[in-house]
Amino acid sequence: MSGGSNAVLDLSALSLRDVNAALQEAEAGRFTVLNPGGAHALACGLQHPVEVTVTGHAGYYCAGMNKAASVTVEGNASTGVAENMMSGIVRVKGNVSQSAGATAHGGLLVIEGDASARCGISLKGAEIVVGGSVGHMSAFMAQAGALVVCGDAGEALGDSIYEARLYVRGSVASLGADCIEKEMRDEHRVQVAGLLARAGIEAAASDFRRYGSARQLYNFKIDNAY
Amino acid sequence: MCGIVGLYLKNAALQPDLGRLTALMLHEMCSRGPDSAGFAIYGGGDERAKLVLLSKSGETDFAALAERLSGAVGSAVDIETLHDHAILRTGADGRQARGWIIENAPDVTVLSLGHSIEVFKGVGDPDRVASDFGLAGRSGTHAIAHTRMATESAITTEGSHPFSTGADTCLVHNGSLSNHNNLREILAAGGEQFQTENDSEVAAAYLAHRMGEGDTLNEALESALRDLDGFYTFAIGTKDGFAVLRDPIACKPAVIAETDDWVAMASEFRAIAPLPGAENARIWEPEPARIYSWSHATQGQAA
Repeated sequence: MSGGSNAVLDLSALSLRDVNAALQEAEAGRFTVLNPGGAHALACGLQHPVEVTVTGHAGYYCAGMNKAASVTVEGNASTGVAENMMSGIVRVKGNVSQSAGATAHGGLLVIEGDASARCGISLKGAEIVVGGSVGHMSAFMAQAGALVVCGDAGEALGDSIYEARLYVRGSVASLGADCIEKEMRDEHRVQVAGLLARAGIEAAASDFRRYGSARQLYNFKIDNAY
Repeated sequence: MCGIVGLYLKNAALQPDLGRLTALMLHEMCSRGPDSAGFAIYGGGDERAKLVLLSKSGETDFAALAERLSGAVGSAVDIETLHDHAILRTGADGRQARGWIIENAPDVTVLSLGHSIEVFKGVGDPDRVASDFGLAGRSGTHAIAHTRMATESAITTEGSHPFSTGADTCLVHNGSLSNHNNLREILAAGGEQFQTENDSEVAAAYLAHRMGEGDTLNEALESALRDLDGFYTFAIGTKDGFAVLRDPIACKPAVIAETDDWVAMASEFRAIAPLPGAENARIWEPEPARIYSWSHATQGQAA
């Protein structure tokens, strides 16, 4: 398959492996994936700056390990969308299931709808913008990066968090262990405004509150270091 | 792992297609549970009690059993066999008949009891179980099905889901319970009869017991959130209703989709994708510890 523009890959006619191979081999170009039907591991491991549009609902681990590619899901995505993403942009127009952006190192994940539990779990540097709300245990053990939530956050937000920055516009059901509200300074408003602009979501950065680590857990105490 | 699906029809015109649509959903969940499968289908029925039996050895003389049961309960018993299953119909009290069979027919497991429900199950490829018991050709109002990856007890036909201990009530479960031994003892002391070592049977018996004590389905599920320890996504069927419940941590997957014609739940969206109109359905992930239920009596959601 060449990297020509607007290639159509129909999952009702092609195998998932064939579709992924075509996307992974292309070094450039635009692709439209038809009839995803909730298939797992769709558009995973893309290493080149291709543009992929999935017309429908995706299954588990869609756009996982993404590097450089731009993947848009015109529907919902299931567990682990953009997990371990390294760079690039993954956009979901609908809602996503649990563990969205898990362990992602870089890139931007935009969820226009809601995310369920554990959004941004163990986040390692990627940036996530959620147009709606996130479920419980979001940003659990998040280490670096940012999570912007335009709606509400569920219980135990940021439990055992390290250095990631969490921004929530709505209510927070509860904060997890060692997660506290922090002052929203100019640099933070600039960061939120920039992320909202890149996500194409209209909201005022001044409406957000910031949460992060109190750095009081065992691992933050130098005497506990090996 | 395990895969679960449920389909509840709001549009009666779809009732002849219930089995066919459920079989399509079940097929998509084969890879989540290749060990065994089963389904419960609600439809039809008359005034008589209907029991579906499984022969554990595959060699039970169901005709002789029906005759003995008829003598014991003092009422005629009609019998229809299908592979290692038999469907019994009797004018006697169904609960009494179930109890007599459990006490007196050790080679038999009572898979379901009620007026509407029929439960069928088997080990091995879920698609084959569906075809063996003619799922695709069956009509009805709602159905629940399960593909099992065994964790808490052996791979046997009687250990396959759905589990049904009370009249027209059944449950499928993805997850595992940690306090099922203790609960089983408490429920057995309260008169519930168990037929397997399976943790999910305890959940089914718990709900049946609560409803037998007068709880509505929603009240029983509220209590379940308090009393069941473990992780679970449940789909529950009653004579005219359907419910979904996830534990408060909600690590077991679930998705619900609803159109004007049907409500469907499944472990994954791909099981819902083959349904007519799925592309335009309202789709959401059920929240942890929140009860979702539908009933033909109220024709709507009572969450």
